[in-house]
Amino acid sequence: MPKLIESTNDFVVRFANVNGSGSASANALFAKSILRMGVPIAARNIFPSNIQGLPTWYEVRISGAGWLGRRGGCDLMVAMNPQTWDKDVASIDPGGYLFYDSTRPIPPSKFRDDVHVVGVPLTEICNARYTDARQRQLFKNIIYVGALAQLLGIELGAVEKLIGEQFKGKDKLIEPNVEALRAGHDWAAANLAPIGLKVRRADAVGDRILVEGNNAAALGAVYGGATVCAWYPITPSTSMAEAFQRWCRRFRVDPETKKNRFAILQAEDELASIGMVIGAAWNGARAFTCTSGPGVSLMQEFIGLSYFAEIPAVIFDIQRAGPSTGMPTRTQQCDILAAAYASHGDTKHVLLFPEDPRECFEFGAAAFDLADRLQTTVFVMSDLDIGMNEWLCRPFEWDDKRRLDRGKVMTYEDLEAGREFGRYLDVDGDGIPYRTYPGTHPTKGSFFTRGTSRDRYARYTEEGGPYVDNMQRLLRKFETAKRLVPGPVRRDASEPTRYGVIYFGSTSPAMAEALAALEQRGLHLDAMRVRAFPFSDEVIDFVLGHDQVFLVEQNRDAQLKSLLVNEGAIDPARIISVLHYDGTPITARFIIDEIAERMAALNVVPLKKAVP
Amino acid sequence: MTYIAKPKFHHPKLPTNKLGYTRRDYEGSVSTLCAGCGHDSISAAIIEACFALDLPPHRIAKLSGIGCSSKTPTYFLGHSHGFNSVHGRMPSVLTGANMANRDLIYLGVSGDGDSASIGLGQFAHCLRRGVNMVYIVENNGVYGLTKGQFSATADRGSKSKRGAVNTDAPIDLVGLALQLGATFVARSFSGDKAQLVPLIEAAILHKGAAFIDVISPCVAFNNHPGSTKSFDYVREHNEAVNRLDVMIPREPITAEYAPGTVREVAQHDGSIIRLRKLAEDYDPTDRLRAMAYLAERQAAGELVTGLLYLDPEPRDLHNYLNTVEKPLNALGDAELVPGSAALAEVNAALR
Repeated sequence: MPKLIESTNDFVVRFANVNGSGSASANALFAKSILRMGVPIAARNIFPSNIQGLPTWYEVRISGAGWLGRRGGCDLMVAMNPQTWDKDVASIDPGGYLFYDSTRPIPPSKFRDDVHVVGVPLTEICNARYTDARQRQLFKNIIYVGALAQLLGIELGAVEKLIGEQFKGKDKLIEPNVEALRAGHDWAAANLAPIGLKVRRADAVGDRILVEGNNAAALGAVYGGATVCAWYPITPSTSMAEAFQRWCRRFRVDPETKKNRFAILQAEDELASIGMVIGAAWNGARAFTCTSGPGVSLMQEFIGLSYFAEIPAVIFDIQRAGPSTGMPTRTQQCDILAAAYASHGDTKHVLLFPEDPRECFEFGAAAFDLADRLQTTVFVMSDLDIGMNEWLCRPFEWDDKRRLDRGKVMTYEDLEAGREFGRYLDVDGDGIPYRTYPGTHPTKGSFFTRGTSRDRYARYTEEGGPYVDNMQRLLRKFETAKRLVPGPVRRDASEPTRYGVIYFGSTSPAMAEALAALEQRGLHLDAMRVRAFPFSDEVIDFVLGHDQVFLVEQNRDAQLKSLLVNEGAIDPARIISVLHYDGTPITARFIIDEIAERMAALNVVPLKKAVP
Repeated sequence: MTYIAKPKFHHPKLPTNKLGYTRRDYEGSVSTLCAGCGHDSISAAIIEACFALDLPPHRIAKLSGIGCSSKTPTYFLGHSHGFNSVHGRMPSVLTGANMANRDLIYLGVSGDGDSASIGLGQFAHCLRRGVNMVYIVENNGVYGLTKGQFSATADRGSKSKRGAVNTDAPIDLVGLALQLGATFVARSFSGDKAQLVPLIEAAILHKGAAFIDVISPCVAFNNHPGSTKSFDYVREHNEAVNRLDVMIPREPITAEYAPGTVREVAQHDGSIIRLRKLAEDYDPTDRLRAMAYLAERQAAGELVTGLLYLDPEPRDLHNYLNTVEKPLNALGDAELVPGSAALAEVNAALR
């Protein structure tokens, strides 16, 4: 038997459950109670394409140091699913712990010698108290939360307070839940020896919030002034449309008339969703759709139209592996190229890469200003990891002085005053023309919207000259976009270095941890988090300013690298890809191993010895 | 090919409507369709209807897909915003536009390829949602811009110009529209202006999903013997169930009607549609019987035209969505952005 793992405020608990058994809310209760003790957590679902019956996992990383990426490994397995028992037991780190329902005997061969076993007769405790089958199932989950709380030193008061908040308004559910919690807790106190893993109250959470990216992005859309949402269900984006509906019911119902200041339509498919968005945006409303890779594939033709007809549209792409079902409930950053160059003809599109739910909110609102300002499609490139997991992040902020930027729109007064209107006329030299909303003026400012066959005054023409003129202006507009999109975030190493690393999106927390660990080993890297496409000059300069730059991505084909090499005319040999694409969120361990190994191969001598 | 502006000169004594506009003010640029194309007659009928209803042209949004028919919005209502969108996807663009601003009149123009083939799904879904619009299909049974392939409304057994026989069963858009819940359904013929203009007027006044299937012969590729969408064929097989006049506001009956042959239907906005019955028992407010009647006549080889169905009290998408009266595109910051205090509450609940 190896030495048992001993750790306070730094370990990973994995729950193995059966989908649809009500475990999700119990597991969330467990996670949030730790947060209430001032200890940061990162919680992730690993779930199947299934509503009921298949295995599902929930992983909680407790990190007093505040590392919020997925760590990898497992110190305590809560094995509640017989179907996956063998795999679950095998996945525990040596010296770790196995928590299981000991009501029915399990043959010794099913355990491991190097893992400490904690058996709690959950079914027995449960069945002694409840007779109803559904109650038995639900309360069994709460009972194990109680037992774990006792085992790990989670304050019962914190859990009880959360139960009270959760069932506020359904108060009669509070007492039975608290009783179940105590039943587990008391049994553990009476029968179990302490283990090496402990949660100790700390003050490391601050004012941070715990929220899902899709929920945050939907709130961002509300603050961004979106009034029209057209969508088609697809995992992992569906919860964003549902959240938008919830936020709208809360914030967008006229208090007097009880009528809605929003219109949400579940379309018949993604083609219709984006068509509706484009129709609404053409007509002056802020509109969006939320989807995932396959949806973006279906929308291609319309995305091209929005580019050429210069119609603001916002698309939230909650990326996932694909196609089909199965892997699509796993995360990836695999739509970068599909979105950047979406559609037929010469097109490119603005992409934003939020790193967490906080930025989903920020970019979710900013995307509408950008789309209106640039009169084009803007993608918010979230992913399943951010979108469908609750992340601990800085609270949302809003400046009440901020106003919606509707971009260059000519009003009735402008037209009446005799301002010259040419729908595709570049009056300011930034490539962005003025537009009018339909119905503005009886005799001035109307125009016919079509794809490319038009002159500067939106009159039909098939001539080459006006076409090239227009295409060149669109390029100027894309140059303007570089100045308007969120800039990259640079963090230099503590020592001067010839090595850099670029990353984006949900890789952020794992990268932060990896950078700290690499620095500990004396491997110094300047880091840059890319937040948007088109890339600003800073990004290109960063690559050119280092001998080698690692580019960390969660896809197979190094898509951001391709984009960077192509758009920045960069020698591909300068960039070394670090690619993680098995569907699980990238870990710090993975990044550290990959970069350390490559740097060794590049003969980088650590500036100081690794800390043992 | 570049646009051709229409000269603005007109006879000084051209009649004006209540807004002081002449018919010419409702025109667009010069049509580039083939001489004699049925679609140009439909454009003329749209111009006539908008003029007669005294509509401010800029309060109409005209949207189309791709195809000969979808080119026509350039040829009428030059002071309206227009949108030549994607093949078969006009309905979704129109739906979105309508969501953004409920105050404009939406005129969707499409063809049989655009609506019955590539766009059948969107055609169906925008009707079942009750989008307040006038949806006109300029139906010639053939792909004109790509030179004469059959479309999905071509009758089985009809012959192409090159002699090929269509073996696929036709899609009947009128039958579909009735089944899908359109609240105004009509069929007409581009060669019958007297019937078509009042139908378009009535459809514009209708506050719901109005669909008009207009048989519009293609003179270049589908106007030969053996075609069932030719001028001659349609004239021979046309069976009009009624003739209508549109009255706003209620005006006294000036025309002479034989007793029992006129029926008035009041629309929600107070306008009156006066139907002169041509088929004895035809009741255009009975959807199920309308469907049965159409099926019967179709089996007999006749093409039923006229106002086929009307729900005088329609509901539309905005009713279903319970949206505010003010157009969504006119809502300002104060009505849309909840502000920092609300956000502080949101944050507090997420801790």
